[in-house]
Amino acid sequence: MMVERRPVLDFVAHAVLIVGVCIIAFPVYLAFVASTQTAAQIASSHPMSLIPGDNVVHSYRLALWGGKVEGGGTIAPGWPMLWVSFVTAMVIAIGKIAISMLSAFAIVYFRFPFRGLVFWMIFITLMLPVEVRIGPTYEVVSNLKMLNSYAGLTVPLIASATATFLFRQFFLTVPDELAEAARIDGAGPMRFFKDILLPLSRTSMAALFVIQFIYGWNQYLWPLIVTTSEDMYPIVLGIKRAIFGEIYVEWNVVMATAILAMIPPALVVVLMQKWFVKGLVDTEK
Amino acid sequence: MASIEFNNVVKRYGSGKKTNQVIHGVTAEVKDGEFVVIVGPSGCGKSTLLRMVAGLEEISGGTISIGGRVVNELEPARRDIAMVFQNYALYPHMSVFDNMAYGLKIKKVPEAEIRARVDKAAQILELGSFLQRKPRELSGGQRQRVAMGRAIVRQPQVFLFDEPLSNLDAKLRAQTRLEIEKLHRDLGITSLFVTHDQVEAMTLAERMIVMNAGRMEQFGTPEEVYHRPQTTFVASFIGSPPMNLLQKAPGIPEGRILGVRPEHLRAVGTDGWRMRVETIEMLGAERLVYGWLGGDAEGQGGEWAILRMHETEAPPELGQTLLVAPLEDRVHWFDAATGLRAEA
Repeated sequence: MMVERRPVLDFVAHAVLIVGVCIIAFPVYLAFVASTQTAAQIASSHPMSLIPGDNVVHSYRLALWGGKVEGGGTIAPGWPMLWVSFVTAMVIAIGKIAISMLSAFAIVYFRFPFRGLVFWMIFITLMLPVEVRIGPTYEVVSNLKMLNSYAGLTVPLIASATATFLFRQFFLTVPDELAEAARIDGAGPMRFFKDILLPLSRTSMAALFVIQFIYGWNQYLWPLIVTTSEDMYPIVLGIKRAIFGEIYVEWNVVMATAILAMIPPALVVVLMQKWFVKGLVDTEK
Repeated sequence: MASIEFNNVVKRYGSGKKTNQVIHGVTAEVKDGEFVVIVGPSGCGKSTLLRMVAGLEEISGGTISIGGRVVNELEPARRDIAMVFQNYALYPHMSVFDNMAYGLKIKKVPEAEIRARVDKAAQILELGSFLQRKPRELSGGQRQRVAMGRAIVRQPQVFLFDEPLSNLDAKLRAQTRLEIEKLHRDLGITSLFVTHDQVEAMTLAERMIVMNAGRMEQFGTPEEVYHRPQTTFVASFIGSPPMNLLQKAPGIPEGRILGVRPEHLRAVGTDGWRMRVETIEMLGAERLVYGWLGGDAEGQGGEWAILRMHETEAPPELGQTLLVAPLEDRVHWFDAATGLRAEA
């Protein structure tokens, strides 16, 4: 690491970072300010005031529990959608870690026919994003009667080449002698997996969990297609629905919902930050 | 405790035309309670042989028996062995105690007995105060002892050591060597110890197997191996600096090789071979004198030879021609065609 004392460089570096933070933070602040004003205040002032208003409780209550607004429209409650998003993101993150760890374990530690072929098939799917295979996937999910269900929302997104590849690379760095020592100690393959590999992979798992939770939480296109009933809408869809198709957009409620939708992934990142960084940079075995 | 029998053991990798045979029929018997060292240059198959005993490599041909029971098809855990690896292979996330106890837990040994066995091993190896530490908090020597502790608590019939000292520095290596020796004296468990270091081999072994290119060249006590090497390979591999193998010097019959160790070659006043001194190394207690033996006045056409002189002897000068002769009863004869030991 470069450790140098250069005041000018320090200044430039800080300036760049501060500008960067402003660019990223300003929209979030704007959303927060909007959520604290009334819909009428937002609609009537151009440009919008940047000073927080006093409508916080009302906006967030509407965003969470729904209800009638002065304009005559109805707001759908947000908390069931937050719950759907949360369950979906958790199932996707945990499911992805479980499946990809096991498949990486199989690929690295077992010799079976067509092992190389299997690995390359998984690897090739890396190049196909969800959007490309969305047609056939929809067909399958619909034939399996999984529309409007948690299974439909999560299962097609669980298989993950990226995570499998990541775990494979990690397992390859675990010395062979550990597996051999475990064999001599009498540990079978699954025992070795559970007692040795799993604890060693903790940091990688944490890093992946953060990434995959956010991936699951932010899903938009796939839920849009597989859910038609309102009680299975994730929060991202809810926001979209509150904006489009309404005659009079309750911007304060929309922004409150957006802020609420940001909290769980932000919490996951903040709480797991230590592990996350460790998982990405840790080389100590 | 148990004996180990190798019966025409063969190891091949690959199949068909790509077959690569690395062990060519080793037959040997390690007696109950014996400490046997397998020594050889890298790539000679010594580790492979050990790993076949452990069950980490399949046996392509022949049989290996431990305590009279053929173990070819047995899982490593059921062979009643314990192994110490070169890089120790400690489980990094487990404490020293858990590292040692892991195998016993899998065997479902009662908790109290696990504790007793681990405590006893820790006491023998002076690891008592480290039991709750993680391997990364230990020094190389301590990790090494944990690896030995893990082997001891299993109370196996056979200990297998795969170059366990090669990651230690010289001083620690000498000390650990003594500890292993003491351990073997105290426990008396049959041990196989693989190393490429002949000092380790000579000092630790009750008997040693010298291997070269997948073949067992000699199996005997360190004394036998040093005093009666059975092949020219053993002659030049064991002993440092290596034995002089001479073919052209006067008095050596056609088709024979005369071997004489540097320490058994003497400068004499008259009646010896001419040796032109090229280099001298001072090692403290002794000097190594390198030069051309035989040949003309410049050493042309001679054979490279080494002579070991005690430091009290007057050193020769570079370029000087000495007269040297071997000690009569320390001369070895080999057949030039086969490399096997021959009698004069």
